[in-house]
Amino acid sequence: MRNRLAGLFWSLLFLAVPVLGVAVFAVAPSIDVWLPKDVSAHGKEIDSLFYFILALTGVVFIVTEMLLFWFIWKYDVAARGEEKATYIHGSHTLEVIWTIIPAVVMLFLAIYQMNAWADVKMRRPVMKPTVEVVARQFEWRLRYPGPDEELGTPDDLFLVNDLHVPVDEDVLVQLKSMDVLHSFFLPNLRIKQDAVPGMKIPVWFKATETGQYDLVCAELCGWGHYKMKGRITIESREDFDAWLEQKYREQEATQPNPQEDML
Amino acid sequence: MSTVTHPGPGDTTTVAPAGSAKPRPIAEFLSTYVFSKDHKVIGLQFLFSTLVWFLIGGLLALAVRWQVAWPWSDVPVLGKLFAQEGGQMSPEFYTMLFTMHATVMIFLVIIPILAGAFGNFLIPLMIGADDMAFPTLNMLSYWFMWPAFLAFGASFFVEGGAASSGWTSYPPLTTNPAASPGSGMGQTLWLIGLTFVGVSSMLGSVNYMTTIILMRAPGMTMFRLPMTIWAMFITALLQAFALPVLTAAGFMQLFDRSIGTGFFSPEGSIINNEMTGAGGGQPLLWQHLFWFYSHPAVYIMILPAMGMVSDIMTCFARKPLFGYRPMIYSVAGIAGLGFIVWGHHMFISGMNPALGMTFMVSTMMIALPSAVKTFNWLGTLWGGRIQFTTAMLFSISFVSMFIIGGLSGIFMAATPVDIFIHDTYFIVAHFHYVLFAGTAMGVWAGIYFWFPKMFGRTMNEFWGKVHFFLTFIFLNGTFFTMHILGAVGFPRRLADAYHYETFHHLQPMNAFMTYCAIGMVACQVIFAANFFWSMFYGPRAGRNPWNANGLEWTAPSPPGHGNFDVQPIVYRGPYEYSVPGCEKDHLMQTDPPLETAVAAAH
Repeated sequence: MRNRLAGLFWSLLFLAVPVLGVAVFAVAPSIDVWLPKDVSAHGKEIDSLFYFILALTGVVFIVTEMLLFWFIWKYDVAARGEEKATYIHGSHTLEVIWTIIPAVVMLFLAIYQMNAWADVKMRRPVMKPTVEVVARQFEWRLRYPGPDEELGTPDDLFLVNDLHVPVDEDVLVQLKSMDVLHSFFLPNLRIKQDAVPGMKIPVWFKATETGQYDLVCAELCGWGHYKMKGRITIESREDFDAWLEQKYREQEATQPNPQEDML
Repeated sequence: MSTVTHPGPGDTTTVAPAGSAKPRPIAEFLSTYVFSKDHKVIGLQFLFSTLVWFLIGGLLALAVRWQVAWPWSDVPVLGKLFAQEGGQMSPEFYTMLFTMHATVMIFLVIIPILAGAFGNFLIPLMIGADDMAFPTLNMLSYWFMWPAFLAFGASFFVEGGAASSGWTSYPPLTTNPAASPGSGMGQTLWLIGLTFVGVSSMLGSVNYMTTIILMRAPGMTMFRLPMTIWAMFITALLQAFALPVLTAAGFMQLFDRSIGTGFFSPEGSIINNEMTGAGGGQPLLWQHLFWFYSHPAVYIMILPAMGMVSDIMTCFARKPLFGYRPMIYSVAGIAGLGFIVWGHHMFISGMNPALGMTFMVSTMMIALPSAVKTFNWLGTLWGGRIQFTTAMLFSISFVSMFIIGGLSGIFMAATPVDIFIHDTYFIVAHFHYVLFAGTAMGVWAGIYFWFPKMFGRTMNEFWGKVHFFLTFIFLNGTFFTMHILGAVGFPRRLADAYHYETFHHLQPMNAFMTYCAIGMVACQVIFAANFFWSMFYGPRAGRNPWNANGLEWTAPSPPGHGNFDVQPIVYRGPYEYSVPGCEKDHLMQTDPPLETAVAAAH
């Protein structure tokens, strides 16, 4: 009987894995440790894919961990008396089943993801860049093209860390780096793209709500990586234009093109 | 030979047979225990060295966790050692800590403990050989680790400190000394250390392949090999094919740093307000080359543990392995597919997004053999007579934890989802579930299981279980919570993320994880005490304390030089437990065949 207690103890320990595992994921959203608020057009799809995979893996997780628990409990040597272990080397049928089903599911999963991926990274809107973002240790340098919509002309507006974009419009960011790798991470817009020196990488999104959110560097870029912080302000077209105009006036009032040596 | 009680080769007589009654004792000691060519001694040398580095890596992890939980607060105890401003950590020190934590754990612990320690110790014993095919090469594979130990160790004390650009060593941060304090001498030493680890692995790999192919005992066909040996064999193949790429890339980076070759540097960069050199290179090239090795390497870091767990599980379930051949095919499948999935580390790196899509498909496919393995382990437990030994508990937990680590991988294989969780704590959770909760648990299972063979004594089971229980609880407390941090987007490698509005509320959760991490490291004291106490005072083990089937259990514990007292002859596979009609519940590989009548009846 004492031996059975040991079996009980260990099987309950392994039962705790699925029970507590599911509990953590169930409780997390209610204590606000969960996906941050999404304010992008494409984010819904990414989030729903996340939930889809969570549900799928959740089921597999619960089923396999419960089987593990059940086998440990049921086939504990103390519960088996004089009975010998089953002498079996495998099952061809089972192998085929548990090879084909996951294969089909995984292949489906891969194909199912492709459209969302293409939307975010491949189907680039035909437009001129809204803003050029040049990452450098440890700040985000921004350049708006100004009224002529061309980068590299005298009406360019230069800013640091204070990114503004219009709501409900396609935004095209031209992402560059001046020194090392960085990553342009907008958690609330489900956007992340490494900035690579020597490359001009297009990043696009459409914000659906106004507000202010974090811009985070997500690729190690040196000792000051943690403080490479920017803000993104999403505002209406009118506010955005007014802001651009005001910032341009401020720029002209101080000094001509303070950062014109910028790449 | 059967009376040899020392862990080393007791008989130097084979070396100097001509009745030299008094060989010089120091020379004898050196040739027996230090520059030994005996695979068992080399295996134990690897084991002790890697366990010491395991401790160092664990302490580095604690320092990392301290900063993540309580940024900029005084670090207790350790703070005095690196006190700059009253024991508080600087951000560059923090980046160095996590870089060296990963470097130490991967290159000085996991890879050498699996291939070097267990590979060396087990391969000849499990295939019935008296030693490795190339004993001198084998000795060199251990001694080539020492330049690496010294290079990595010394790099902590050079100007600017050790490497601090992450274990992935992405240029241009690493190629330009102006980019980061750790990119000076520390980075050069890092690359040199890496090269020596590579040389060591390559020597081992060639040796393992040759030994397994050529030196199996009579009757030991390839399909009678235990899973441990199959895993070691395929791991050796992976090493042999992938390592040259990393070595070449390492030299390219070294040249970029020392003579300005610019393989990985584009033109026209301005680092720290200074123009860089001519350039003409591409930072992404390094990522391709690095991951071409390092993705197969993650399988190098788990396949041998999978093999060991399969062997231990069959022994303590007293059942044949469920689906022996599918298990082998899935190891081979993981290894094969492992070469065409490296791009999943680079989904958001700026690599062609269409290529990302291709890598997503191959990555999803590699989940398949892993799933097959998991189902077969469950099948092995089904219908068994499960004995809850410490080794078995660690093995079961390997399966339980590998399920988590495997499933969380699917999130990151899905490219759209990866956009959000890439470089967050989700990936940190994933690889710690595979590497710590998987491989390290498998390593502990292996240590508890083969300890009697290594030292002739068994470890204490009670304290073994206490060690298991505490490690299991604390590891889940530390790593499971990382998944939901990742869901918030909490980025890895930030010295302080709480000044971001999105992450400022996560500090209490990180503090909880740090408490668990401290507990996890602290409870290893139990393991260390049990290990060393049992080495000298544990109950003596016979040849086959677990009633297991493998060839290693026919040899004396510990085996003398030459391993076996008679040439073992193999009659069957390694998993013949609970054979009907057989009195014992296990049939060793060397037991002569049962009467044909009994065999025919079934």
